[in-house]
Amino acid sequence: MKIKLTFWKFVFLVLIAAGVYATVVRFTRGLGQTTNLSDQFPWGIWVGFDVLCGVMLAAGGFTLTAAVHIFNLKRLQPIVRPTVLTAFLGYLLVTVALMFDLGRPYRIWHPLIMRNPHSVMFEVAYCVMLYTTVLALEFSPIVLERFHFHKAVRIIHGAVIPLVICGVLLSTLHQSSLGSLYLIMPEKMHPFWYTPLLPVFFFISAIAVGLAMTIFESSLSSKYFGRQLELGILQELGRVLLVVLSVYGVLRFEDLLHRGALRKMVQPSYEMTLFWLELALALIVPLILLSQRKLRNSANGLYVAAVLVLLGFVANRLNVSVTSLESSAGLHYVPKWTEMAVTGAIIAAGFALFSLAVRYLPIFPTEVLSTVPSTSQPRVPVPVLDNAGN
Amino acid sequence: MSRALLYDATVCIGCKACEQACADQNKLPYSQAVANEDIQSEHKYTVVLTRSEHFMRRLCMNCLDPACASVCPVGALRKTATGPVIYDEGRCMGCRYCMAACPFSVPKYEWGKVLPRVRKCTMCPDRVAAGQQTACAEACPTGATKFGERDDLIAEARQRIHDNPEKYVNHIYGLTEVGGTSVLLLSSVPFEQFGYRAELPGDPLPMLTYRVLSRIPDIVPLGGVLLGGVWWITHRREEVSAAEGHKKNVRLRVVKGESREN
Repeated sequence: MKIKLTFWKFVFLVLIAAGVYATVVRFTRGLGQTTNLSDQFPWGIWVGFDVLCGVMLAAGGFTLTAAVHIFNLKRLQPIVRPTVLTAFLGYLLVTVALMFDLGRPYRIWHPLIMRNPHSVMFEVAYCVMLYTTVLALEFSPIVLERFHFHKAVRIIHGAVIPLVICGVLLSTLHQSSLGSLYLIMPEKMHPFWYTPLLPVFFFISAIAVGLAMTIFESSLSSKYFGRQLELGILQELGRVLLVVLSVYGVLRFEDLLHRGALRKMVQPSYEMTLFWLELALALIVPLILLSQRKLRNSANGLYVAAVLVLLGFVANRLNVSVTSLESSAGLHYVPKWTEMAVTGAIIAAGFALFSLAVRYLPIFPTEVLSTVPSTSQPRVPVPVLDNAGN
Repeated sequence: MSRALLYDATVCIGCKACEQACADQNKLPYSQAVANEDIQSEHKYTVVLTRSEHFMRRLCMNCLDPACASVCPVGALRKTATGPVIYDEGRCMGCRYCMAACPFSVPKYEWGKVLPRVRKCTMCPDRVAAGQQTACAEACPTGATKFGERDDLIAEARQRIHDNPEKYVNHIYGLTEVGGTSVLLLSSVPFEQFGYRAELPGDPLPMLTYRVLSRIPDIVPLGGVLLGGVWWITHRREEVSAAEGHKKNVRLRVVKGESREN
């Protein structure tokens, strides 16, 4: 365990060092020196991964707060705090990443006063800004509690339902709008990924990823922070994930069918390879895994399925933002190492901030909430609610 | 009212006087080396392309309903009533959405600068506003690039094709592409040979995003009421069961637990 920790600390330091170097190059020499972007290919991984995937991976925040506070699924309560923490950190890091990508980052506030309501990016900018504020408020009781500001905590708790409703609405809007960003490029994008349904797909997949991210992060927390695994909760999330993925899969198939893109799926091409990679990771393998009751109810099965869903939809966002545009641009975009270094450092910072928060703030509930059902007897899930009452 | 440029490739002699005039007008360096560059860039807003003995100009099409202006989150790009699509560098935050969205891939970026701007032909807005023609049209020795009212230029282009049908591809490029552009092109060889997309839709591209965006004001109150309603129903159930007493509540939970087991 000790060796493992040192290893990860070493990885962390390397990533941060590389990131600091790339940051210096970025802000002293400009985007041309730091990235492989060009006039033909103006958006790379800082948009495709840092922003599109960053926002998507933070979708657990609205998914879970809606489940607990709106749909009243109280048994999910124990994992709300770590999920809100993940979401809040996610949006903060997206904002940091945006500062690297914008040519003039000190003007990031311009959309506040220079409005263009016809621009999808204007709408995304507003929603992300407002939702980050909502997340800060949803997260604030954890910090306030730590410093015993009980009156302030009570005020926030009183406003929690309107806050959650605002959060869900804002998330619905900008998660889908990140897909709408690409609606204006019909002639540039490959037919696998250009569809009028892009906003719908981005939204549904954000829910799937929000669930997968919650499973992933709970599993990691139980491994590295000595947390008891809330397997009963994760099994529940796994079942919902199965349904959401199925809905997404059916809709995706119908869309490809109606747009006549199905036959392209069997015509070998660069795009076809990456399309199948995305489908396999995001849909095919997770659906097979989650449809097996034994795997769906086991901690490892859920973990593997969740990781695949995360990778699959990261592939999807990169396919939409990079792969689908390469052939019309007439080039293959491969990020420069400094681009990857910035992204790597941002991810590393995310993990570090999460563990710092876990160490110093009351993120996990202190009381024991459920016994861990043994994996060999998956069909005895003890309802968490009843146990908590005992 | 709306001004435009008509470029007739069959009249062009490839002298590149338009390139020189454009560089002078926009205070860009111009030399033999720049003249030899055959792509638009942050220091070259218009290019005369040569394919065997055929010529073709590339410049900002100054669309009637431009995608770049529609996507710009801060309104740095704007279509003026007289025709030019202009750029306000004081607003631009450098997100490059205009570059990603432009169907002609026209806007260019100052990649080498720490504080980059977007660069493109803006159809000499100051000259046009003062009633003058664009620098390129004024410099053209053969009249291949002609400045005028868009409607007049369309009529003239039609007349030229009608008079010499064997000389032209029967198509005015920019008449209907993405809803029409303020630059109109005539050619004797297919436009695709010079990188002009043939399959562009006839509707303005901003419609594609606006169709979605315009629904937001409806979605917000609808979603708010829906979510509030769900919250009310789910929590009402709880209140009712609490009111009906602890004993029954326990029984309910047992029933629920059993049904989950099945």
